[in-house]
Amino acid sequence: MSDTLTTHLSPRELSVGSALPELRKEAITKLQLVKYAGASGDYNLIHTDDETARRVGLDGVIAHGMLSMAFLGEYLCWLTGPTSIRRLTVRFAEMVRPGDVLTCRARVKALEQDAGGQRMTLELWAEDQRAQQVTFGEAEVVTS
Amino acid sequence: MSDVSVLRELIGRQSDEVLVEVERGAIRKFAEAVGDTTEACIRGDIAPPTFPTTIRIPIPGLTFDLARVLHGGQEYRFERPILAGDRLRCRTRLRDVYQREGRLGAMTFLIIELEGRSGDGEPVFSGRSTVIVR
Repeated sequence: MSDTLTTHLSPRELSVGSALPELRKEAITKLQLVKYAGASGDYNLIHTDDETARRVGLDGVIAHGMLSMAFLGEYLCWLTGPTSIRRLTVRFAEMVRPGDVLTCRARVKALEQDAGGQRMTLELWAEDQRAQQVTFGEAEVVTS
Repeated sequence: MSDVSVLRELIGRQSDEVLVEVERGAIRKFAEAVGDTTEACIRGDIAPPTFPTTIRIPIPGLTFDLARVLHGGQEYRFERPILAGDRLRCRTRLRDVYQREGRLGAMTFLIIELEGRSGDGEPVFSGRSTVIVR
């Protein structure tokens, strides 16, 4: 079940403060928001219907905050593999709109060796094309 | 009006336990919507880490006007990854309610927890959502 071959990090080469390789996602589309609404079960129409979004004072639909968190989840899988993830904690700081391009970035916050392997705490975030952090937080991964 | 004192009376209230069968197709559909390139998720073998967001269990007595809520933050913790075929015993609980002054004036914060256990009661994952009511 290990996805070692698809990971993009070798934690042994890392130290506290190291910046990790970034993952740039495709521009978010309205179709993606409709798909995400269906897949996640979040049917709040402010994510899929412009008229509803305008009624609550927005310019148009905004992405689900959880979609940007999902990007960070994918980023962790990409970095260290889907079986390595112990915790992912985020705050949603800014709105994301269709057309926005999010890039996931991370820095090593702490490294320790424990019985289960190398435990790594990451500071991570998704930023938009204006280099604004839209979603940010922390993650813990364990690699063998 | 979101009356904080009324909401605070609901602190500690929880849902019944719900059995959630993690379907391969649901994992694949979720990964596809996100554009997730993780092989094991595309195959539907392992759920992406934010997959528990698909588990939506209402807490009795707690309702929202969707137009007035914001998702402020989210945490997931894992004892192990969630796998296709898992039968998870899940439950949600209102952990806390408090009011804070924010950029948009007084806002009510709700902390809602979700936990998932395996058939034999071992913890698999937990979630903690911060929901802001304007």
